[in-house]
Amino acid sequence: MRRTELEAVLEAKGISKRFPGVLALDDVSLALRPGEVHALVGENGAGKSTLIKVFTGVYRPDGGELRYQGGPAAFATPMEAQRAGIQTIYQEVNLVPMMSVARNLLLGREPRGRFGVIDAAAMYGEAERVLAGYGVDTDVRRPLRTLGVGAQQMVALARAVSVDARVVIMDEPTSSLEPREVETLFGVIRKLRERGIAVMYVSHRLDELYQVCDRVTVLRDGRLAHTGPLAELERLKLISLMLGRDLNEVRSDGLTSFSRDHAGEPHRNGQAPVVEARGLTRRHVLDGVDVSVRPGEVVGLGGLLGAGRTETAKAIVGALPLDGGQVLVAGAPLRAGSTAAAIRAGVSLLPEDRKAEGIIPTLSVRENIALAALPALGRAGVVSEAKIDRVVEIFMRRLRIKAASPHQLVSELSGGNQQKVLLARWLAVRPKVLLLDEPTRGIDVGAKAEVQALIDELAEEGLGVLLISSDLEELVEGADRILVLREGAVVGELSGDEVTEERIMATIAEQADG
Amino acid sequence: MAELTSRQGGRVAVRKPQVYAWVQDYGVYAAVLALLLFNVLFTPHFLDASNFRTQLVQVTPIVIVSLGMALVIGTQGIDLSVGSVMALAAALTVLYLGYGWLPALIVAVIGGAVVGAAGGALVAYVGVQPIVATLALLVGVRGLANVLVPQLVEFRNPGLIALGSSSVAGIPVIVLIAAALTVIVLFVVRRTTFGRQVVAIGGNRSASELSGLPVKRVLLTVYVISGLLAALAGVLATARLQASDPTSLGLFIELSAITAVVVGGTPLTGGRIRVLSTVMGALLMQLLAATLIKHNLPQSWTQMVQAVIILAAVYATRKRGTR
Repeated sequence: MRRTELEAVLEAKGISKRFPGVLALDDVSLALRPGEVHALVGENGAGKSTLIKVFTGVYRPDGGELRYQGGPAAFATPMEAQRAGIQTIYQEVNLVPMMSVARNLLLGREPRGRFGVIDAAAMYGEAERVLAGYGVDTDVRRPLRTLGVGAQQMVALARAVSVDARVVIMDEPTSSLEPREVETLFGVIRKLRERGIAVMYVSHRLDELYQVCDRVTVLRDGRLAHTGPLAELERLKLISLMLGRDLNEVRSDGLTSFSRDHAGEPHRNGQAPVVEARGLTRRHVLDGVDVSVRPGEVVGLGGLLGAGRTETAKAIVGALPLDGGQVLVAGAPLRAGSTAAAIRAGVSLLPEDRKAEGIIPTLSVRENIALAALPALGRAGVVSEAKIDRVVEIFMRRLRIKAASPHQLVSELSGGNQQKVLLARWLAVRPKVLLLDEPTRGIDVGAKAEVQALIDELAEEGLGVLLISSDLEELVEGADRILVLREGAVVGELSGDEVTEERIMATIAEQADG
Repeated sequence: MAELTSRQGGRVAVRKPQVYAWVQDYGVYAAVLALLLFNVLFTPHFLDASNFRTQLVQVTPIVIVSLGMALVIGTQGIDLSVGSVMALAAALTVLYLGYGWLPALIVAVIGGAVVGAAGGALVAYVGVQPIVATLALLVGVRGLANVLVPQLVEFRNPGLIALGSSSVAGIPVIVLIAAALTVIVLFVVRRTTFGRQVVAIGGNRSASELSGLPVKRVLLTVYVISGLLAALAGVLATARLQASDPTSLGLFIELSAITAVVVGGTPLTGGRIRVLSTVMGALLMQLLAATLIKHNLPQSWTQMVQAVIILAAVYATRKRGTR
């Protein structure tokens, strides 16, 4: 605890950052002390990446003060922050893949011989010596891209640390590492701590946080939710801070528009699942996930960011290449890796990222709705405008899509109406199961209520729904049954009376075995 | 947050986007009309049928090639190989002319489709960037054409010569063919499932994949169509020249075709295909060159004016394309 007396090396004081339409950081303060490993946690949109970008000179804050080594700091570019000694290691390694390992490690600091020519022998020797300390044993003459991701990350780390760093920021450093490599990484982090370097560690893997971090800062909705020593903080408490749930105040029925009585439908248990995924596995992402959805059932997927919820949904529709596992629709196996086959079989995914994976911005509302159903809306490859008009009219009315006309560009609609357009796209292909990934994120309150009511209505009509939501209330009130994921594996199943916010959080918090 | 900004942006600047939208939708037509009007008033003999016919015949290969180019650009791609495909078609035509002009034409068109399939496979299945894949074909296929027919070969096949020089009701046959192809491509884009899929893939590829569209197959097909149309343009140009000239036929036509597409208001970012405007774009550039030449301005002037028009077209497209 001696270290807590030390002055902060990097400090944010009341930092605010505003983007058009959203306050990404609201009066956030955080002090990073020399020789501490500081965890930074929070769900999507909590403001973690924005804060990191303020620290590293990518963004300039709109309010508040950034202090570095006792003086005010204003980094104009990421380069300036780096030169001052703030190094960042991102999830995606940002090195030069075609250059040799040694060149990457020593880029800009190559040992020079006479006439300023790079002394290759010295460079390779130096690189081998440095990397050995990180448990990387490889031919440093090879191009970097021939290394595994884990080894590449070690090179990035070694490079960051060797250039006189005072602060090292690690953004999800273990997301693609093997357990052995994680151990090596932790060894390196402990060495950094001994050298008095401040480490900011961003991760959603609670086990790792408790293993290696001294203090923790929790962000939620752009605000500081908590900061303090980690060891004293219970897991459950940490999770409730991240998800914004006061343990004593979890309401039993609240603000969502779900109204179905989940307890009163035991007959479903007898029905065969309409979709059944068995042992979905992908290295570093999914670890033997089993999910099944019966007709008329809403199954919720719970878990923290990065637990594998989105990946599970994508794997079911064949949009995520798998190392193992199988998806059965009404008992028949689905062709692996084919979204088209999944859609034909009746399984559709409403993706999480509406802009990147959902709407076609250059097309009208009408064309966006008709897109997936096109083959059925025509004959011999020629579309029938009349059929399209009919389908579009039905769904625009049923989902109350507000647009000037069906011919308005979809990109001109509000987020909520765009989401309804995408729902209409899927309903138009008459699915048996809909996988909804964060269906109400980023849409206004009115649209949110309408979407929730619609989910109820569709389940009532016999559609199977897989619901992914970071909004615990939505999950609890919308779902009949909840599977909790952690680090790519199902760690608990809750049904009936067990479907409560406390139980979900408790399940997430349980210690992983071993 | 992005939704919010676009909504606010839409409300603040209601008028400006409308003007841009109008320019983008009808700018080419207005420019062609203005140029025609100017010529009627100030250019002697402009309305002569023979002059008109010459202009149309000259622009025909560009129009046909740019139809395929518009499809490719609609998918966010580009096809640089079209000029070399024309040369290959010229070579194949003269090589197989012994079997009659129709079989020769069919062989040439198949050759173009094969080149298109090669480019399309590289783009769709191997994941090579379109500009790189078709650049390789631009170089390689021109070489192949020159190997097949090393120098200019004249021919006397009456059928092929008739194809290139006869007229129906005063309109050259090749112009009629180009018009028919325009109608077909227009139909494909507007009324077929395939056409809708092409535009959707250009607008958002990952969304199209998640919507179950056969993305790779559609991409492949688009390049095959482009190759096919380029080959047809090559045969028609050869028929008109009454000689096969693989060394120089179709040189730089890829640039003219891209210009026509861009001036027609199809954004290079994909997701939108404007068939008639593309044809208008080709006509505009042709008419502009002819006008300036008729008024005794040097070629270099034409080039500079064309550059201004390209920039203006891209600027108008950008306003709506970036939303």
